[in-house]
Amino acid sequence: MGAARVKRLAALGAPLLAAILFPLVVDNPYLVSVAVTAYVTAIAVYGLDVLLGYTGQLSLAHAGFFGVGGYVVGILTSDYGFSFWTALPVALAVTSLLGHLIGLAALRTRHDYFAIFTLAVGVMIVIVIERWEGLTGGTDGLIGIPPPASIGPLSFTSLNAQYYLVLAFLVFTIYVVWALMHSLVGRTFLAVRNSEELARAVGIDTGRTHQLSFVISAALAALGGALYATFLGSIGPDVGDVPMTFNMLVYLMIGGVASLPGPLVGTLLIMGLMQALTAFQEYTMMILGPILVLVIIFFPHGIAGQGKVLFERLTGGRKGA
Amino acid sequence: MRFGGLKAVDQVDLEVPAGKITAIIGPNGAGKTTFFNVVAGFYAPTTGRVLLDDQDVTGLPSHKVARLGIARTFQTTQLFPEASVLDNVIVGRRLHTRSNVFDAVLRSPRHRREEELSREKALEALSFTGAGDLAEVLVANISQEARKRVAIALALATEPRVLLLDEPAAGINPHETDGLTSLIRSVSVELGVTVCLVEHKMRMIMDLSDHVAVLNYGRKIAEGPPEVIRNDPTVIDAYLGAEHDA
Repeated sequence: MGAARVKRLAALGAPLLAAILFPLVVDNPYLVSVAVTAYVTAIAVYGLDVLLGYTGQLSLAHAGFFGVGGYVVGILTSDYGFSFWTALPVALAVTSLLGHLIGLAALRTRHDYFAIFTLAVGVMIVIVIERWEGLTGGTDGLIGIPPPASIGPLSFTSLNAQYYLVLAFLVFTIYVVWALMHSLVGRTFLAVRNSEELARAVGIDTGRTHQLSFVISAALAALGGALYATFLGSIGPDVGDVPMTFNMLVYLMIGGVASLPGPLVGTLLIMGLMQALTAFQEYTMMILGPILVLVIIFFPHGIAGQGKVLFERLTGGRKGA
Repeated sequence: MRFGGLKAVDQVDLEVPAGKITAIIGPNGAGKTTFFNVVAGFYAPTTGRVLLDDQDVTGLPSHKVARLGIARTFQTTQLFPEASVLDNVIVGRRLHTRSNVFDAVLRSPRHRREEELSREKALEALSFTGAGDLAEVLVANISQEARKRVAIALALATEPRVLLLDEPAAGINPHETDGLTSLIRSVSVELGVTVCLVEHKMRMIMDLSDHVAVLNYGRKIAEGPPEVIRNDPTVIDAYLGAEHDA
């Protein structure tokens, strides 16, 4: 037990320590801001995983919710004088409510039909953002979104301070997803993904379970979007557009669906790779496409999932009878 | 119960006596599983009623029927292969727990208490079905027979009053069938659960049941104690007819 605990602490502590040291070691504002973007995206990818990985539905409106969260914070802080700290809960509440209402209709369908329905929702969200110019700035988007106000002695004007705040939100998100999945609620999610029939037969309200998962997923997307708008200082409609959902989906598939490190690993890896390949920008999809195909063929559980399998094989973890 | 123009189960009037074992038999396509699906709330019947004791449960959604005490298993067990046996069975306790998302994130005392109790009760159900020592094994790695037992443990974990078993012995050998027969008997005798099963294995039915109903083409053609059913000419005809077709 003791050794297992040490191993687990090391598995958690090492990446966290690396993340804390990162801005001090690289000392490069550009790379730090890339990391900030990657972290806020990863938060939204965790939301996608709650829905796809744990209850088995794919929402193509996910970036739409990311956009809604970002715009609500952006509009409230730059036009209505809200502080980030009050705008954030409002953004989460608005997006959760929107998710709930959309879920009531969308979750009458499942699987492919659900994906198509939410694709339409995703397209509509972008159209509303682009056309409601008075509120959203139309295709130009919003600029000059202020950083969060300081809390006591903690000020968030420097890039490094912002980096640490986003990191704290990311750690919080990972904790929430972990706690959820290691709980009776999480077991219920997995039971529904495995077999709705069996879940219903043991008294689980599968409709409510799907609804809950969809709302949590939308709220995490909104959290990512709100942080994105605040720390990049601007947001445009393309951030909430359907291609962004597909990017997030690629990060998730490559990292590993339904694995706790999966969304983070996939997002950092692919966003990092894209940064390294900016010189070949037009060809990134040509590089990413084959990588995705190879990962799906050889590592169906994603890179993080495969790492876990290898780890268990090496340490003689879970075995059959 | 109708599907479009097809009547799958028609005027089947069946009383399942409490605390006893009732078997429903009949050739393939006789409507046995459809009958179960109506009783368990998976299909709402076009006409007719389902009563549990004196409570009308007709047309209630299946999860509510389960909460009222009717548990069921499926012809092909639908367990989650990538999770452990225990994790599969704990899900059967969900209807007795109230923990929500906030309990989960805050790791509340209620959550800890419920999680612990669920684990205990699930282990209890597993050892009752004789699968206690498989608790930590992945379902993917256990035998077909063990899966049947785990599926029954999962249904028992809900603490049902009535247990519907859809071909519990399909796909297992005669020796294993004997073991399962005695398990089902002890569910009835020791736990006092009313059992209703659909099965093709005649010897098992004759050994096990207090009461047998025979369906053919969606209608009940005979009903009575096993020794009477065994010699009923209409029943023999139905089965011979089915064999001639095959």
